[in-house]
Parts: sequence; C-alpha cells; structure tokens
Amino acid sequence: MKKLIINYTMALCLAVIPSLALAIEGKLTIVTSYPPDTTNTVKKVFEAKYPGIQVEMLKKKTTAGIKYLQETAANNTSDMFWASAPDAFEVLKGDNLLQKYEVKVGGIPEKVGAFPIHDPDGYYKGFAASGYGIMWNTRYMKAKKLPIPKRWADLAKPVYHGHVGMSAPSRSGTTHLTVETLLQGEGWENGWALWKAIAGNFKTVTERSFGVPDGVNSGQFGLGVVIDFFGLSSQASGFPVEFLYPPVTTLVPANIAIVKGAPNRAAAAAFIEFLLSVEGQEVLLDPKIRRLPVNPDTYAKAPADFPNPFKDKTLGAAVKFDLMLSKGRYNVINSMFDVMITYRLDELRAATRAIQKAEEKLQWSLIDGLASAPNDEAKKLIQEARALVDALPITESKAGEKGFNSIFKKKRKKATTKVSGRQAEVEQEWDSQVKANYAQAEKLAGQAAALF
Amino acid sequence: MRSLSRHQIGPASVALLLGAFLFVFLIIPVAKVIFVAFQDPNTGALTLINFSDFFLTSLFQESFVNSLYVAVMSVVFASVIALPLAYFTTRFNFSGTLLIQTLGVIPLIMPPFVGAVAMLLLFGENGSINLLFDEWFGFTIPFMEGLNGVIMVESIHYFPFILINLSAALNNIDRSMEESAQNLGANGIRLFRRIVFPLAMPGYVAGASLVFLKVFDDLGTPLLLNVNKMLAPQAYLRITSIGISDPMGYVISVILVVFSLLSLWTSFLALRGKDYSTVQKGGGGLMKRDLNPLEKAGCYAVVILILLMVLSPHFGLAILSFGTVWSYSVLPDAYTFQHYLQMFSSSTQLISNTLLYAGLAATIDVVLGTVIAYLVWRTNLFGRKWLDFVAMGAVAIPGVVLGIGYLRTFHEFNVPIIDKPLASWWVIIVVALAIRRLPYALRACVAAMQQISIALEEAAENLGANKRRTVFRIVVPLMSGGIVAGFITSFATASVELSATLMLVSTESDAPLAYGIYEFMQSASGRGPGAALGIVAVVIVGAATYASHRFIKSKNVEFTTEVTVATGE
Repeated sequence: MKKLIINYTMALCLAVIPSLALAIEGKLTIVTSYPPDTTNTVKKVFEAKYPGIQVEMLKKKTTAGIKYLQETAANNTSDMFWASAPDAFEVLKGDNLLQKYEVKVGGIPEKVGAFPIHDPDGYYKGFAASGYGIMWNTRYMKAKKLPIPKRWADLAKPVYHGHVGMSAPSRSGTTHLTVETLLQGEGWENGWALWKAIAGNFKTVTERSFGVPDGVNSGQFGLGVVIDFFGLSSQASGFPVEFLYPPVTTLVPANIAIVKGAPNRAAAAAFIEFLLSVEGQEVLLDPKIRRLPVNPDTYAKAPADFPNPFKDKTLGAAVKFDLMLSKGRYNVINSMFDVMITYRLDELRAATRAIQKAEEKLQWSLIDGLASAPNDEAKKLIQEARALVDALPITESKAGEKGFNSIFKKKRKKATTKVSGRQAEVEQEWDSQVKANYAQAEKLAGQAAALF
Repeated sequence: MRSLSRHQIGPASVALLLGAFLFVFLIIPVAKVIFVAFQDPNTGALTLINFSDFFLTSLFQESFVNSLYVAVMSVVFASVIALPLAYFTTRFNFSGTLLIQTLGVIPLIMPPFVGAVAMLLLFGENGSINLLFDEWFGFTIPFMEGLNGVIMVESIHYFPFILINLSAALNNIDRSMEESAQNLGANGIRLFRRIVFPLAMPGYVAGASLVFLKVFDDLGTPLLLNVNKMLAPQAYLRITSIGISDPMGYVISVILVVFSLLSLWTSFLALRGKDYSTVQKGGGGLMKRDLNPLEKAGCYAVVILILLMVLSPHFGLAILSFGTVWSYSVLPDAYTFQHYLQMFSSSTQLISNTLLYAGLAATIDVVLGTVIAYLVWRTNLFGRKWLDFVAMGAVAIPGVVLGIGYLRTFHEFNVPIIDKPLASWWVIIVVALAIRRLPYALRACVAAMQQISIALEEAAENLGANKRRTVFRIVVPLMSGGIVAGFITSFATASVELSATLMLVSTESDAPLAYGIYEFMQSASGRGPGAALGIVAVVIVGAATYASHRFIKSKNVEFTTEVTVATGE
C-alpha cells in the first residue's frame, strides 16, 4: 500500500513537473558578457521551449556587469549573471550577491581537467569549459615568415619580437587565469620570468580580451594569447586563423548563476536546467559559439577535430589549478602585471630587444669560435641584464600574505585587518624599481653587444 | 545685501531652477563618486594623501604629460585641417562650399571607437596603406603607433568643432568692418591679422577649447588603440577593474575636472576685456571674391585632400561593412550585402531609440545653453559665472564616472506611476546625454551671445519692449545660428556617445545605436554587421542633422543670413 502511494505520488510528480516547467512565465533578465552570436542562438532555442518566458539579455563587459550588480543590489532587477571567468563569480559570491541553486539535470561529471565544474559551495554552475591557448593569423605568419609556436615558451623567442598580443589580467578575467596558470605551472619566479620574456615580444596589451582575437583577425599582430572559443569562433567566421592548446593550460568552466533576490527565480532555474540539458549543451557546438560542452555525451555530435577534454586527458591536466591560491593573491597579480608589463611595455620591450640582440651576437661569436672573443664577459653582462629584467618586487609568500593583499582590496573588510600602506604608494615603489631595472638591463645588454 | 530688483526676479528664478537641475544631475552624482578620492583607502577618513600619491607617482606624471601633449597636438592638427576649409568657404565664391559644409561635420557623427577600428584597418602597421607602402617602397609609416594614433584619430574626429565655430564667427563678422579697414588702406595679411583674425577669435577659441577638453578627457580612442599611459584611460582602468577600486581612479577624475576647468578659465581670460560684438547684423560675412582657374584648382586640391583624409574612417567602415573577410590584406577578400540584411533584421529599435534620446538631449541642451548664456552675459546675478563653470565642467566628467554616479544616486529612487528605479528608466539616459553634451551647446550659444551687441537689446527696450519680449524677439533670433550649431553638435555627438550609456542601459529594448555597434564589435562574426550599423548611424544621424537644421532655418529665415550647417552662429 505504502509503495503504491509512493508510486502514485511519483507518477503524479512526473506528470506534473513537465507541465509546471512549461507553464513558467514572465521576463527573464540575464546580465551577460557574451556576444550576440552566443546569446541570440541560446535565447532562440530556449524561448521556443518555454514560450511563456521572454529572455532579456543585458550585455555588459564582465567587469562592468559586476559593477552593475553591485551598484543595483539594493533594488535588484536582474535574474541571472552569465559570463566566463569563475573569479568574477567569486567576487559576486564574496559580496553575497548570488543565490544558491541545486542542479537537477544529470550527466555532468564532477570535474573538467583539474577544475570542479560547479562551484563547490553551490552558488554558480559551469555550463561549458574553456581553455587558453595561442591563436595566429596564417597570412601574417606566412608574410613575415614566422614559425608556428607549440608552447608558451616559444613566444619568448626573438623571432616573435613585436608580433604577439595579449590582454591584461586586470582587464580580463580569462587572461588572469592564463597568467595564474602559468605561474602555478612553472613556479613563481620562472613563471614571471617567462611572462616577461613573452611580454618583451608584445606588440600591444589590449584593453579588452576581445581586442586580442580582433587584432589577430585583422592582422594588426600575428599571434595572440586567447581563450579557445575566440580562436575557434574566429576560424568558424572565416578568418585565416588557427588555434592551439599549449601543454601547460587549464580548462576552466564558464559559468552561470542566479542573482540574489532575482525577480523571476523560476524562469532562472529553468534556464540553468535548459543550458545543462542535452539540448542546451548541443547549442554550444554551433560554429558561431564553439564552446566545449560539459556533458561528455554531447561530443558525439561535435565536428571531427573538435577538442574533447573528457577524452583527451592531456588537455588541461598538466597543471593542478589551485583556486584558493589564485583567489588569495588575485589583485596582487593584477597589479604586478600592470606595473611590470602593461604600463612599462615600452621599457620592457627595449630591454628585451637589447638582450635579444646581444645574445644573437654572442651566438655568432660562439659559432665563429675565436679564442680572443670576449664571450665570457658578454655572457656575464647578458646574465646580469636578464636578472634585472626578471627581478620581482616581492616574493611569492609576500604576494599571498593576507595583510598585504588587503592593501589591494576594494573594500575595507574589517577594522581588525591591519593594513599598512596604500596601493598607489606600493605601486609607485615597484614602478621606480622596475623602471630603473629595465633601463639598466638595456644598458648592460647594449654594452654586451658593443663588445663584439 | 541688496534685494533683487523687479527685473531680476525672472532671471533669478530661472537661474535657481537651472542650478537645481545641475546640482541634482551633475554635482551630486559626481560628488558621490569622487568623494572616494578624498578618503583614506584604509580608514575611510577624510584626507588629501591620495593626491600626494598622484603627484609622486611617475606613471601618473607621464600620463599627465602624454594627455597634455596629445590634446595640444590634436588642437594643432585640427586647426590645420579646419582653417583652410573655413577660410575657403567664407572668403571665396567657391562651388565646393556646400560639399565642405556637409562633409565637414560628418566625422563627428561616428563613435570614435568605430572610427579607430576603421583607421587601424587602413593606417595601422599592417593596414591597407602600409601594406601598399611596404610592397611598393619597402617601408612603412607608423601613423597609428602609440600617441600618434590617438592624435590622428582625435584631430580627424574633433576638427569640426573648430570648423563649425570658426566659420560661424567668420560669417558673423560685419562686412563694413572689413570695408572700413580696406578704405583705410589695410590689405592682405594686415587685414587678416588686425581685423579678420581678432573678430573671429571667439569662434576659434570656442572651437579650439572644446577640442582640447574633449581630447584631454576622451577615453574611447586611447583605449581602442591600447594606449593606456594617459589620464582618462588610467582613471577608467582603475575604476572598472574587478576588485581594484583604489582611490587613484577617482583622484584622476578630480584632476581631469580641475584641469579642464582651468583651461576653460584660461580661455575666458584670453578673451576678457575684449569686445567682439558688432552692432550691425545685416551684411554679415567677409567679402567674397571669385577665384581664377588656377587658384580654384589649388583650392579644390587642398579641399579634396583634406576631405579624403578626414573621411577615411568612413571609407574604411563602408568597405568593412560590405567586405567578407578582411585580414592582413589591402582590401577584403570578397563583397556581400549579407551584413546589412543581418543588421536590419535585428537593429531597427536601436535606431529609433537613438533618434529619440539624442533629439531630446539636444533640445534640452540648447534651451539650457541659451538660458545660461543669457544669464551669464546679460544679467548681473550673483554666482552666474558659476552656472557656466558647472555646466562646462560636465565636459571633464568621464562618462563612466557619470554613469556610476547615476546608478549610485538614482537607483533607490523609484519613479512614481511606472514604479521603476529612475536609474533604469530610459529617461535617465536622456538626462545623462544632455548633461554630457551641454557644454557643446553652451559654448556655441555663448559665442553667439558674445557677438550680439547689447545696444540692440537696449534699443528694443527703449522702444518699449519688456525683458521677455526682448529675449524672444531680439536675442534668440539673433542667436539662432549659434543655437543651430549647438543643437547639431549636441545631437550628433549624443547619438554616438557610449561611455555613460554603457553603464546605464538596463534593458536591451532601451539600448541606443552606439551600444549596438559596440556589442556587435565584440565578436568575430559581428564586425561586418557592426560596421553596417555604423554606416547606417552615419547616414541617419547625418540626415536627421540636416533635417533639423533645415527646420530651424525655415523658422528663422528672416532673422539670419546664410545659416548653413557649418556657418552656425
């Protein structure tokens, strides 16, 4: 009898749930950083399934979207936040602006690469995976006779001087992850040294993350450090570009979350369920979107050369990304990158070029093999110059220090957190150090080159 | 304290209303944002420490110098472009006049960030021109490298400010002045230096100071060209980065405001004590003379060369809108109408929104501009100069600061009847645009006011007209040229503004054109449709500008002489 009742109830539930789901109505406002190609395509399929819901996509850059939600929190009118970078969601979660939600749809594994797909605390949900890599313009590479890079370190080679573009971690959440990934994968000092060596070859640091694929597409620069879907969708739009995942990369989920106090929570829940359903996941394979679905079954329908992180275990597995470590020094990394690279790009480029030239001369001299050549002296000067460029204003442990980080925090958290120093003060100190180092490095490298 | 005379009650109450409007929609929101600049980042106490940090930071010092350099050089280049155009059209019977007057304003009708995209494709290091140069001569020219690029884009974008104001001033010069000078034996350079140039000064200074302020404050162009060592981008980058909202961004905003006001004040000083008004308003404009064929050819060559250059962003954009894939090549691989079809299927509302917002904002602006100009130059109300200063100060408020300020101030204020926060009602976008563009209309109106002799009003009053009647029958009609110029600049630039709207658009159905273009330009496949929308924006705003100008002209035709687009005031 009891069983019968349960069965009966279950049957009733099963009968009622779909009709309930379809009966959801009203306006659903989603704050999103995605381009119309993504939002319109998803919106069309979703609205066909739920005719009662009108989806309103409010396009904001990730950073502006966060600002918008923060500023409007007192009188919130948005239902969802939909963007790539997990750390953007961490910021919102920290500000207590997100609503917990438990996903009902099945078939989503726990992790992609080394990263949990859904927020372990239950606030935001991963709906697609993204990895970082290198994209290049094939026409540009051919015209300038550049080789195809295989790994991050390749971008530091002299042949790429002035041909590489990237965004700054303070400007783009996805770029921040790339920087942090390499720092974790290569270690603090080697990681920064590698970034500076690559940055020495930069043509520019773009203000928006889309500025990088845009620059590569139009041929302003030849190679760019980008998130995969920028590369894949540019290719799908017909641009002569290619994309590659270097061995050290992290796959991270792109996310969606319900905003706290959402006016239309039922519709928001329906949207999440839809996005994670088989149907919603397949939309991601659309050539204009090209994101990696988080439901492994979806890949059966993907084009032949589509990367599959659930099959290709090397993808994103080389680095075990430590989210807590990243979160703990988030703003310090941004600030260091800006001080050492973004705002001193001219000086860094000049120093790098001087070192590259000196090294080339040394190389030739070594090949010539003349005993009288001042090779050792030059080598020593070049080493000194390199060390100056690579020098960091702070150590890794300092960067992770809580008190130090709070100088860079936007909010004064607690009165008890001791804060000494101001960001502008600290940055100026770093800047004068960095500037002097780069100038001295350029001088030493010049001396080394003059020896030959 | 002396009490207000009966004559002053009217102006005084108008001034109070105006002051209240500016206070609520400009001062409070901005104060809410820049207050942070005066707070100790750690304790929240009031302090000036952030300002000392600013002046001690070499990055900011360099940014300051760069901003100044770019602004000055842009004024120089904009003058080089505008002076010949203005001179040819007002001095000679030159059949290219209409062409110049029409095409000369078009650069304003394009969001600077869109212009920069097109300029990069044409003049960038691997743009069409340099690819050709490289192929033919084996070298390239760094038009768009670093600060050069900013100066180039800015001067091409903003030179119409000088062109409009200067040709208006030239057209307003009383011909009898020139004739008298010639009768007294002045000619050529001397005539220009002693008569024409001084009389046209208010127009030139109005235009040049606008260019200087706009460039000094402009954000979109340096950002798009990835030049970040300038003040406005530094402020923006610091204010909008996730997690970092250190006070320096706000300090820079304060510095921008202060410095802009300072330069404005300097231009006031430069003009102070000089009376540029002429009594007669009939035989306006310089004497025109015919050109001989050789001179004509020379004029045409110069004009065509200049127009080719200033319209290059439009050519680039047009090619982009019809091209399929344009990548590292002189021209796109193939051509198509697809982008237009795709754009028209989704963007008609963007267009109607833009016309509504910009039209309303520009109307508000010329009304406020005329009123302020009158209050400042024709009354002796206490604090009238401050109205002018505060209204002009809007030019120095970065759009993003105003946007955040509005969200902060008006989000918790629900508008009765529609029951929505004011900050997410579309009217707030109109207000923001009106505030941001008020300085343009104001400068134009003030310049017009300065050229009207007060004797004309005194004459009207002697004949029995009261203040109101004088204003509506004498002052406003005589200013109508300036009002048209103000309306056009406000309208055209408001319809392509982005930085404040980007913060304030709260539903897609409220979005204006520039927002739509920006959105399109954020994806690889959206570049074509975005460019198509840009072209549509240029055409529509151009047509609307022309229509509004025709309309106003037909209303005032008996009061003004030769009012055309570029002969504003």
